Amino acid sequence: MSSTFRALLGATALCAVGSAAVAQDNTTLTIATVNNGDMIRMQSLTADFTEKNPGITLEWVTLEENILRERVTTDIATNGGQYDVLTIGTYEVPIWARQDWLSPLTDLPEDYDVDDLVPAVREALSVDGTLYAAPFYAESAMVMYRTDLAEAAGVTIPDNPTWTDIKTAAEAMTDKDNEVYGICLRGKPGWGENMAFLTAMANSYGARWFDTEWTPQFDSPEWQETLTDYLTLMNEYGPPGASSNGFNENLSLFQQGKCGMWIDATVAASFVTDPEDSTVADSVGFAQFPNKEGVDNHGNWLWAWNLAIPASSQKQDAAKTFVAWATSKDYTNIVAEAEGWRAAPPGTRTSLYENAEYQEAAPFAAQTLEAINAANTQKASVQDIPYTGGQFVAIPEFQGIGTAVGQTFSAALAGQMSAEDALAAAQSTTAREMARAGYPK
Amino acid sequence: MATRQTQGLARLMRAPAIILLLIWMIVPLGMTLYYSFLNYNLLNPASVSWAGWFNYQYFYTDPAFFAAIRNTLVLVLGVLTITVVLGIAIALLIDKPIWGQGMVRILIISPFFVMPPVAALIWKNMIMHPSYGVFADIARAIGVQPVDWFAQYPLTSIIIIVAWQWLPFATLILLTALQSLDGEQMEAAEMDGAGPVSRFIHLTLPHLARAITVVVLIQTIFLLGIYAEILVTTNGGPGNASTNLTYLIYRAARLNFDIGGAAAGGIIAVILANIVAFFLMRAVGKNLD
Amino acid sequence: MARVASTRAKVGYTVAAWIVALVIFFPILYTIITSLKTEQEAIAGFNLIPSFTLSSFEAVQSQNNYWRPFTNSVILAVGSTLLALVVAIPAAWAMAFSPTKNTRGILMWMLSTKMMPAVAVLVPIYLIFLRTGLMDTRIGLTVMLMLINLPIVVWMLYTYFREIPGEILEAARMDGASLRDEILYVLTPMAVPGIASTMLLNVILAWNEAFWTIQLTTTNAAPLSAFIASFSSPQGLFWAKLSAASVMAIAPILIMGWFSQKQLVRGLTFGAVK
Repeated sequence: MSSTFRALLGATALCAVGSAAVAQDNTTLTIATVNNGDMIRMQSLTADFTEKNPGITLEWVTLEENILRERVTTDIATNGGQYDVLTIGTYEVPIWARQDWLSPLTDLPEDYDVDDLVPAVREALSVDGTLYAAPFYAESAMVMYRTDLAEAAGVTIPDNPTWTDIKTAAEAMTDKDNEVYGICLRGKPGWGENMAFLTAMANSYGARWFDTEWTPQFDSPEWQETLTDYLTLMNEYGPPGASSNGFNENLSLFQQGKCGMWIDATVAASFVTDPEDSTVADSVGFAQFPNKEGVDNHGNWLWAWNLAIPASSQKQDAAKTFVAWATSKDYTNIVAEAEGWRAAPPGTRTSLYENAEYQEAAPFAAQTLEAINAANTQKASVQDIPYTGGQFVAIPEFQGIGTAVGQTFSAALAGQMSAEDALAAAQSTTAREMARAGYPK
Repeated sequence: MATRQTQGLARLMRAPAIILLLIWMIVPLGMTLYYSFLNYNLLNPASVSWAGWFNYQYFYTDPAFFAAIRNTLVLVLGVLTITVVLGIAIALLIDKPIWGQGMVRILIISPFFVMPPVAALIWKNMIMHPSYGVFADIARAIGVQPVDWFAQYPLTSIIIIVAWQWLPFATLILLTALQSLDGEQMEAAEMDGAGPVSRFIHLTLPHLARAITVVVLIQTIFLLGIYAEILVTTNGGPGNASTNLTYLIYRAARLNFDIGGAAAGGIIAVILANIVAFFLMRAVGKNLD
Repeated sequence: MARVASTRAKVGYTVAAWIVALVIFFPILYTIITSLKTEQEAIAGFNLIPSFTLSSFEAVQSQNNYWRPFTNSVILAVGSTLLALVVAIPAAWAMAFSPTKNTRGILMWMLSTKMMPAVAVLVPIYLIFLRTGLMDTRIGLTVMLMLINLPIVVWMLYTYFREIPGEILEAARMDGASLRDEILYVLTPMAVPGIASTMLLNVILAWNEAFWTIQLTTTNAAPLSAFIASFSSPQGLFWAKLSAASVMAIAPILIMGWFSQKQLVRGLTFGAVK
């Protein structure tokens, strides 16, 4: 980069710092959010905030996840300062914090109660002990299954199932003539789609993405076993066209009673047990993410949508006020009052799970909290690894690599290549990208 | 009639457009060229260094590169073929005396007004979805297994969507050309005993040559740059089955945030596009005079 | 010789033409129908008769106010078109009436500028917009859209102007008309239909642009393409809502297109009729 350019960047950063102290009267905050249910709900509940903070006006930029990510990354990396509050995932937080792109969330208001945040989530959003983003809702992954089908098929799914249990149950529950498939899993390519699941599954098989020298490990027996078992499960007991199924598609399949089991994000639990949308609402059971016999690892899936303040925002104080409000305990109460306890954003606060009303309204609460607390994002594999992150690898290159690998695995699921070829392609693609990025660093 | 005065004036009148487009071309192109020689990842702006030809080499050796070129050509040629052939057929049909011609024309022209991402969303969710799409409903109604379009025929699906968007354009241009066809000549040929097929080949088709050229030229420009439809539907997969060159660049720029690599890809794409344009002009350019 | 089209043939052609038209229009029609369904109906299988509920439209409107992006779309599409015409008319005029041996080359070069993949130049342009304060402004985006469509506009106008016979000019000149009179009273009336249709096509192209309009805006200048991006692929299946948002995004331009299709058809000839 030319020195003029760097000077320009520096100057802009200085400007940002200089004007941060401007008084808060009539501040307009531009907030970038993703278009999922909880975020949309927040937009409709901001009356409470604007009442308490009459000087702050909120402007929303709601975008679909991928476009949001692109848009926000471009802006923050060029120091654009177009947004005052960002909705970002657990993947971005540590990477961006290390680039000094996010303002640390120190000195939050007294009643915010940082210690109430679920420990695993808080840890995932902190770098060197400093919190850089406030969690809005969080999820892990677990097994959701049809208790009625399991009973009819004469199988029991233990609370801590192994992959063998899952396979047995899938086989027993499958009834293709009646369009009931034993298991539904993600197949749609993408680092946050099929690779989120497959990385967690690989973790539970004892596999790892990279060894300590950052050499990709797709040629390892663990990955081989992961992919082969995944393909077997899906080809024999899965729904047709599984290679285009993501979270949404599987959700609707499960809601319509076409899946015996579904292993996916814990937020799905509130959707599949919602009698308004789900035809199977009263016969859903939950179990922890499976593991392979002898491997003490349940996938370590942990994701949260978080609110963060870019360092380039010129309205730091107002932004912090908003972030503190939107992720506060009070906000949970506001949601509960407006739409009932079921709708409360899950996974972020211990106090929510101690709330009797919530426990009653959300039968999946205990399982969700257990799954989230069980996730170890600092060491996702039982083998030694140089990276952090659970169902993803927290390096900037992962988006690209994960999606490319996801494409090959999706092609394997669609029957366009064999498991061996897919793994070989994944190995060479990853090695190539890692070499380009200059690893080992 | 070209006096010196009008020549000077003409130059003056041309200047703004040419200068603007020159700036519009040279500034981004120059910056892209510059970036293409840098190791510059947006997510790591602190470590920017001179890369030499590495980005080009890297882009060129991408296992998806040749697949992308092949897919780009298949996509462009596929859409061109469909739109021209169907366009001629439909133009011939609605050029006949029919009731409600105005309304028919309005319906046929409509897809042209639909934003590419919206078109892709409609086709993906409402039409081609393996469980809820209309195609799946039809398949179930006649008792066959619904086709999972984007997994089984990814490139074909995208060609269908894009062809749907561009068919109105082709049809309209061809229709206008058809309407200017000399009716007397046609009748004379008919009286001489020429059948409909021979009339089509010897009279209609030559008359349409110029219109077809325009369709091919304009559409090629737009089709080389298709990516929104791919992004919304298949993300370039499964594997690289529906990755075209623009999407490959998109992937480098927006997924890897690899500015250097995307810039190199952009330069390669511009060069390839100009090669295509050169041959296109040689092949069909004379039709335009 | 006048031929009486046999009624039977006309019926056949009419039926065939309507089938083709309905097939082509079907995806749009089905989207409109779905937008009038409830979410349950929308995924409940093929059904052409919705319950005619407007709840999806209300939901969309309450989630994301439609009128601001709508206004922005109108301003951007019309503004960029007018700006493009101001620049392009003189250029096309000069090329058509005082062609040099380079004219064809220049035209081709202009078209070739459209072949640069937009995404490759995003970062430079983004930085330019940031530094010049054009980010998220209607002005910045108007200029951007103008530049994107300028080549097509120049080319269309050129082909259109070229069809204006040169003899008329000469005749006017013999009668002692000045250059100003020539342009004002002789050529402009003949050129207006071509300009009008060029304008229409350009409005459509600008309205449908969905890359720069998303990447270079946040709130103030964001048009309907950004509006749509807030409804595509949410968590859960909301097809009635998605359809409603799609209908809202394409309806204005669709209606405009329907009303002006005759003019548009003439513009789309690109001088292809000869």
